[in-house]
Amino acid sequence: MEPREAFASAGELAQGLGRTGYLADASLATVAWLALRLQRPLLLEGEPGTGKTALAEAIAETLDLPLVRLQCYEGIDSTQALYDWDFPRQILHLRAVEAVAADRATDLEAVEDQLFDERFLLARPVLKALRESPAVLLVDEVDRADDEFEAFLLEVLSTWQVTIPELGTVTASTPPVVVLTSNRTRELHDALKRRCLYHWIDHPGLQRELEIVRSRAPEVSETLAAQVVSTVQLLRQDHELIKPPGVAETLDWARALHELGSTDLDLETASATLGVAVKYREDSERVRAALDRILTS
Amino acid sequence: MSAPAAANEAQHAPDAVLLGFARALRAAGVAVTADRERTYLEAVSEVGLLDAPGVYWAGRATLCSSPADLERYDQVYAAWFGLERAGARPRQEASPTLTMAPLDGDGDPGESEEQDAVQARASATEVLRHRDIATLGSADRARLAALFAGLRPRAPRRRAHRPTPAARGIVDARRTLRDQLRRMGEPGPIAWQRRGTRPRRVVLLVDVSGSMSPYADALLRLAHTYAATGLPVEVFTLGTRLTHVTRPLRQRDPERALVACGNVVPDWSGGTRLAQGIKVFLDRWGRRGMARGAVVVVFSDGWEREAPEALGEQMRRLRGLAHRVVWVNPHRGKAGYVPVQQGIVAALPHIDDFVAGHSMAAFEELVEVVARA
Repeated sequence: MEPREAFASAGELAQGLGRTGYLADASLATVAWLALRLQRPLLLEGEPGTGKTALAEAIAETLDLPLVRLQCYEGIDSTQALYDWDFPRQILHLRAVEAVAADRATDLEAVEDQLFDERFLLARPVLKALRESPAVLLVDEVDRADDEFEAFLLEVLSTWQVTIPELGTVTASTPPVVVLTSNRTRELHDALKRRCLYHWIDHPGLQRELEIVRSRAPEVSETLAAQVVSTVQLLRQDHELIKPPGVAETLDWARALHELGSTDLDLETASATLGVAVKYREDSERVRAALDRILTS
Repeated sequence: MSAPAAANEAQHAPDAVLLGFARALRAAGVAVTADRERTYLEAVSEVGLLDAPGVYWAGRATLCSSPADLERYDQVYAAWFGLERAGARPRQEASPTLTMAPLDGDGDPGESEEQDAVQARASATEVLRHRDIATLGSADRARLAALFAGLRPRAPRRRAHRPTPAARGIVDARRTLRDQLRRMGEPGPIAWQRRGTRPRRVVLLVDVSGSMSPYADALLRLAHTYAATGLPVEVFTLGTRLTHVTRPLRQRDPERALVACGNVVPDWSGGTRLAQGIKVFLDRWGRRGMARGAVVVVFSDGWEREAPEALGEQMRRLRGLAHRVVWVNPHRGKAGYVPVQQGIVAALPHIDDFVAGHSMAAFEELVEVVARA
């Protein structure tokens, strides 16, 4: 189905996402729905572990579209993002042609054309998304790539086409749904931001987070889920923590406790499994001290 | 749910109200451009004017582009539509890039001009020490600029991830094959590659508190010579708060850059909360990648009002992330200086280079230290 027409309102999209287990609040659903309607890329920023990447996966699942993921890193360039020629296979092909047509005069031009054929083209994520579109293209951690890469991305995101000199231009029949995520290690360029709809994802509130745990980890007992979520919520209020636990950590923690056979959170198992939720030595000391207070009150 | 109140009034067309809102937002310092306004109108027409929360979120997604913008958006939205922000929780922490605070330009310009005139006659080193950003001294301007233009900051290099063509090293199979393909498969010379180098990021943290105010101007000019080179450089000011000033300092003209910088920094010549400032830097920027593998230069005299052990702890964290930590203390260049301030004592074990920063000569030395880091 055409992504643009798939949902009549933001509420419907939220319901659709909910069916895949992704609980979006009204704000995120509105912005995501607008991104579909206006056919604009969606730029998501926020603390790690708040479900930026998961949203793209959920949108793909909801719309029943393939998800194409481009993980950015320092030094990424168009041969890794767009397309590349399969040189070893081209050479092999050339040798094969030589061997077969050793004595006959071969048409040089035809051989050349064969070399730059579709089958020697390695489609990288962006080209793949444009070809397979409608698809969901996730450009993960775009802030890790270099500035030059942003300019390149901008070109693709505004025209939805890619030109391969030897083959011609590939244009997406319908623009793919694009989700970009950034951890803000550096400021993205304004030109790129202008193309996108922007949304900052915060940590969810108590009720919402509880719903997320219930839907993502249904095996965890209700009391345990409630206790884990309220503990994590209290920990997040402590601004001294180096890395407050995200939703992903809450889920991991609840699952870990469940694996250990707990049905409710007590001090002993909580401090034994703390490493699942808190990843810094300084933090775990602080949290151990606080757990006593949190769990007894 | 009712429409935003202003849109209900018959005498205003809805798009005029919405565009007016976008303009008000621009006046509040959010970078709203014409194409963003258009997207905003499109987005609002998609959600429909009657959906007040929808209108709120549509604007937030189309007109804002950073956490700092969100705060301003909420303020202007409340003022313009006279409504409580729809369906959103208050943000938990303030963003690191701060809302603008006007500088109090109440210093008597006449008096300071006189001071400038006196001091300009003194040695070049003395000139550099003079500083009041609100009333930029006119006499020493050209001289200072000329001196700083003579500095040639270089970024330290690090090993790059990607290989580059080289005369020897490891076999570049890809390039060898490509060349072979060009000769229609005829084997030829082997191409080699090795890992090249890239400039390492340099992060400058400039203390602009009261005790550093005689040096703040010179240090910011130094920061500007770094930022204007186009190298990967990030600059922050530390006072009672942490402010990201790389953007204003990127301008080529040093005077404009300094004035722009003065406009964003709300806490000139205030108190110091060094440990807190470095903590905020690490939490919001450093740990996410800005300080990783970077050369971090702290310009401060180490006067820490709060607990010095907190500064030691933060410096330890910083040292754990950064490639090299350089501490620049203007007092170090003075005869008979002993690092006894509690802050500096706590920080010293976590510092790689401890250098002076009181004169042009000291800056030249610093540039060398950073380039070799």
